[in-house]
Amino acid sequence: MKTLRILQTPGGDDGQGTVPPSAFHVDEHEHHDPAPTVQLGFWIYLMSDCILFAGLFATFAVLSQNFAGGPTGRELFDLPYVAVETALLLLSSLSYGAAMLAVNAGRRGAVMFWLAVTFLLGLAFIGMELNEFHHMIAEGAGPDRSGFLSAFFTLVGTHGLHVTSGLVWMAIMMVQLGLRGLNPTTNRRLMCLSLFWHFLDIVWIGVFSFVYLLGAAA
Amino acid sequence: MGRLISATFRKRKSTMHIPGFHGLRRLSALTPLMLLNGCGWSILDPHGPIGIENRSVILWATLLMLIVVIPVIALTIFFAWRYRASNTAADYAPDWSHSNLIEVVIWTVPALIVAALAVIAWNTSHSLDPYRPIESEAKPVEVQVVALDWKWLFIYPEYHVATVNELAVPVGRPVNFKITSATVMNSFFIPRLGSQVYAMAGMQTKLHLVADRPGTYEGISANYSGEGFSDMKFSTVALDDAGFARWVEKTKAAPAALRLADYQTLAKPSERDPVRYFGSVDPHLYQAILSQNVAVAHEEHTAMNTLPAHQE
Amino acid sequence: MSMIFGKLTLKDIPLQEPIIVGATLFMGVVAFATVWLITRHKKWGYLWNEWFTSVDHKKIGIMYIMLAFVMLMRGFADAVMMRTQQAVAVAGATGYLPPDHYDQIFTAHGVIMIFFMAMPFVIGLMNVVVPLQIGARDVAFPFLNSLSFWLTVAGAALINVSLAVGEFARTGWLAYPPLSELSFSPGVGVDYYLWSLQISGVGTTLAGVNFIATILKMRAPGMTLMRMPVFTWTTLCTNILIVAAFPILTVTLALLSLDRYLGMHFFTNDMGGNPMMYVNLIWAWGHPEVYILILPMFGAFSEIISTFSGKSLFGYKSMVYATMAIAVLSFIVWLHHFFTMGAGANVNAFFGITTMIISVPTGVKIFNWLFTMYRGRVRFTTPVLWTIGFMITFTVGGMTGVMMALPAADFVLHNSLFLIAHFHNAIIGGVVFGCFAALNYWFPKAFGFTLNERLGKASFWCWLIGFYVAFVPLYALGFMGMTRRLNHYDNPAWQPWLIVAAVGAGIILLGIMFQIAQLVVSVWKREEYRDVTGDPWGGRTLEWSVSSPPPFYNFAATPVVHDIDAWHDMKKRGQTGVPSHFAPIHMPRDTGAGFIIGMLCIPLGFALVWHIWWLAIASFVGTVAVAIVHSFNEDRDYYVLAEQVAEIEGRRTPALAGEA
Repeated sequence: MKTLRILQTPGGDDGQGTVPPSAFHVDEHEHHDPAPTVQLGFWIYLMSDCILFAGLFATFAVLSQNFAGGPTGRELFDLPYVAVETALLLLSSLSYGAAMLAVNAGRRGAVMFWLAVTFLLGLAFIGMELNEFHHMIAEGAGPDRSGFLSAFFTLVGTHGLHVTSGLVWMAIMMVQLGLRGLNPTTNRRLMCLSLFWHFLDIVWIGVFSFVYLLGAAA
Repeated sequence: MGRLISATFRKRKSTMHIPGFHGLRRLSALTPLMLLNGCGWSILDPHGPIGIENRSVILWATLLMLIVVIPVIALTIFFAWRYRASNTAADYAPDWSHSNLIEVVIWTVPALIVAALAVIAWNTSHSLDPYRPIESEAKPVEVQVVALDWKWLFIYPEYHVATVNELAVPVGRPVNFKITSATVMNSFFIPRLGSQVYAMAGMQTKLHLVADRPGTYEGISANYSGEGFSDMKFSTVALDDAGFARWVEKTKAAPAALRLADYQTLAKPSERDPVRYFGSVDPHLYQAILSQNVAVAHEEHTAMNTLPAHQE
Repeated sequence: MSMIFGKLTLKDIPLQEPIIVGATLFMGVVAFATVWLITRHKKWGYLWNEWFTSVDHKKIGIMYIMLAFVMLMRGFADAVMMRTQQAVAVAGATGYLPPDHYDQIFTAHGVIMIFFMAMPFVIGLMNVVVPLQIGARDVAFPFLNSLSFWLTVAGAALINVSLAVGEFARTGWLAYPPLSELSFSPGVGVDYYLWSLQISGVGTTLAGVNFIATILKMRAPGMTLMRMPVFTWTTLCTNILIVAAFPILTVTLALLSLDRYLGMHFFTNDMGGNPMMYVNLIWAWGHPEVYILILPMFGAFSEIISTFSGKSLFGYKSMVYATMAIAVLSFIVWLHHFFTMGAGANVNAFFGITTMIISVPTGVKIFNWLFTMYRGRVRFTTPVLWTIGFMITFTVGGMTGVMMALPAADFVLHNSLFLIAHFHNAIIGGVVFGCFAALNYWFPKAFGFTLNERLGKASFWCWLIGFYVAFVPLYALGFMGMTRRLNHYDNPAWQPWLIVAAVGAGIILLGIMFQIAQLVVSVWKREEYRDVTGDPWGGRTLEWSVSSPPPFYNFAATPVVHDIDAWHDMKKRGQTGVPSHFAPIHMPRDTGAGFIIGMLCIPLGFALVWHIWWLAIASFVGTVAVAIVHSFNEDRDYYVLAEQVAEIEGRRTPALAGEA
């Protein structure tokens, strides 16, 4: 039989003036701020999403000349139109930045306002994209026309789906803000959505450059 | 003295002169595995120089790796036994967990072996590149290969004949295969002769082989292609020059012709097809299959039906 | 009708196939009996509260491993059917499995064994062990962990449904197009394949995110990266691979789905599609996947060999660097799966050489285990037997792998039974042996009692001998030019070898039966095998510092780490007691959201397979709705009061004090 030793911890006082290497860490006020972990987790998720887009970009690169007798990017892309789309999305990043500043300042009204602006800009972007898709499909340049168009619709459409889910998320955040105001949970989520939103902006810059600009120039 | 890359049919640029690589043929003949030769060991008993070289690579790689594999297995058993808990006579060093010497050895020895293997890999990837024509005094034979569901079509453009599920090759003459598929992915493989290459629709791959002994060798698809895959086989008949000439004459005399319309019938899925001979073949057929435009080509053909057929 | 049932009709239930009907009936009976027993013993509430809604990493881990075992039975039944079919279907005989059924079997075998046996087993082990090894209370995102598991279950369920309703893919486990395209595979088999993998793949990706965050953020104070246990290290590398590789699988399967559902042209023969791109993409995931499976097992072997040799692991640092090297290299070797696709000599040579380079760090690991035994005191327990069996078998598998890494050799070995023998050599000899070693090693930690040693050893010997009897003939047949996936063959010289291989499968079956017996006997005699110390093997890492099974909060007080083998170090310094006082412990609350979302994915996948659009939309909206509702739930955590902790620890203390 071995007697049980009660070990000293930093919280205890051994009364001997020496503190042995502690075996345990007992914190009376165990802090459990999940924000840093959640943010790291969200970054890792974004990296996985980044690889997903990398796969789609690579696919697009492989198929970008496979027109199968169908229309090419040069014939299809309306650069000024896409430039407006791009501007909307970039502005929405800016307005989300303003929302985050308001979060840090603790001003709920301002957060709601900027989120609403961001939401509307995002919605306009999606609307324009759907309109573009609609026209292409109506012209017979749908995703089933050629390998190139399959890759185009899938890459741009996947980005669009991401933006759409970002909009749903944003709507939910506005509801939660309305119900509960700014608290650590909503702040954390707004921070993640911010990462997500800016990430989509960066992806879009890739889409705009590689798909539209290069496609229209080729 | 043999050489890793046998010089029988190809004069290589000297890429493959690793010391110790001479005498490989003799060595492989001594390898115990060779005792199993005879029936059926097609990879280990090849009947063509490409296959012999494939085998040499396998044997050399194995030998080099055994330098480290045998000691590892032996040491595993020895250490486990020697340092069993009940053997209190053995040393016990519970905190010993590092030795620079051992670390150096265990990183270096495998690295050196891999370095040697890398040289072999690099050289043989080039010397045995399926696309690389075989240098030979003899004039090569051209064969166009089409994988169909589930049979093989062979077109001899020089002789204007075609066959299904039988490939005749002259012994000692390189055969230049151009390979495509009119269906899913297959792999064109004659184990006795060596390397295989995929057959893919809309694409052409190439393979160069030689048979150095007369005989009949099994040819297979080595890539699963659906329901009839197991029977998607052909026989490769390696004939001497006279025999091959007779075979060509015999095939030319076959009454059946393979025009685009006939091909469309042939291309329909079927299993266990018997060997078929076509005395004439549309000269544009292979290109039409390759460009996946058989139907279009056929229509154009029919539109121009007043023109004489292209057979010469 | 098609509005309601999509493509599904009564004819899609394969009543004409006696084997399928039998299997379905068997599954049905087992399921019914289970449900009946649960109802009779009024265990539904217990299951719901303690398991289905649990976010406890230990319970989720156990459920993962149970799933793996169930799917092992299914996958192994497929293996036995293949081996017996090939043992008889010679020279005109067609055997008892027609091609359309046989082709589904080899596809299902591969898919099930990789995705629904090996993956859940490995992820289950990570779940049980990693938080305990790093001194954490749970994983970083407990709800996500539960969701990951139930998504995996949904994928597995969908595969099993395909047995009874419709068919499974007949394409081989990677579903190469154009064969898997609609024009060549018009049935629903490929769709089952796509959706079951897509659903479980999302779960796996989330698990990867979760474990990286857990390991990077939740380690006990003092546990620097270079003090992490090797199993945790290999888990970290594996999860980085998961996060980097699984999105590629998601993309690849999604593109094939778009071809099949929306008539797109990614991989079709015509209209600008490129099937070679699929082959590249799927292997860009597929090769890292092999290392996703094997790396954690390398970690498990390291823990086991060190514990049972009574020694620190030899060359900890080189083990860590070797693991990282393997993880990085695993992304630049994928082309070796198709040297025969006509890439140029330079490309082939490059990928061949990178592949061979991987064998260097792998070889180093084997040497490290060897020198861990050297001057140790090796106890031949069941986990050690599995480990030694692994070291020998995996070395052989590595050698045949390097052979095929030489393009010029691969040109005659590609797709042959030699290849089949090689990867089973690596996966059975590496992953499966590793899973069983780890199971025997960590079982007492998870359940509080050890497993029967005698039956464990019997199962090891059956598996080891059975493996060689089953797969050495396949190596030989590869040299005879026999290719894979043959339903029947003409060459009578092959038959004796195939009969021997079938006997090998029978010996492995015996091994599996011994394992089942081992579990049953151990549960039966659990009081006799009770582990009251929490440290039955003389362990070296933190999971052995807590009781078996650990309290739900794992650690009453967070341990402080001073060395690589933290627990060994604590024992050496006499710091094995309990803390002098306790603080409240912060814990996540259980939630049914993960379970509900996972279960909704079953009808979602089923509806997508059969084009039952209303159901697909309804289930999808359901999953999103549950997720949104869950996001409004603020009652996600709670504190275990210090007094409760003291009480629980008090109950555990007499047991610990009783350790000799």
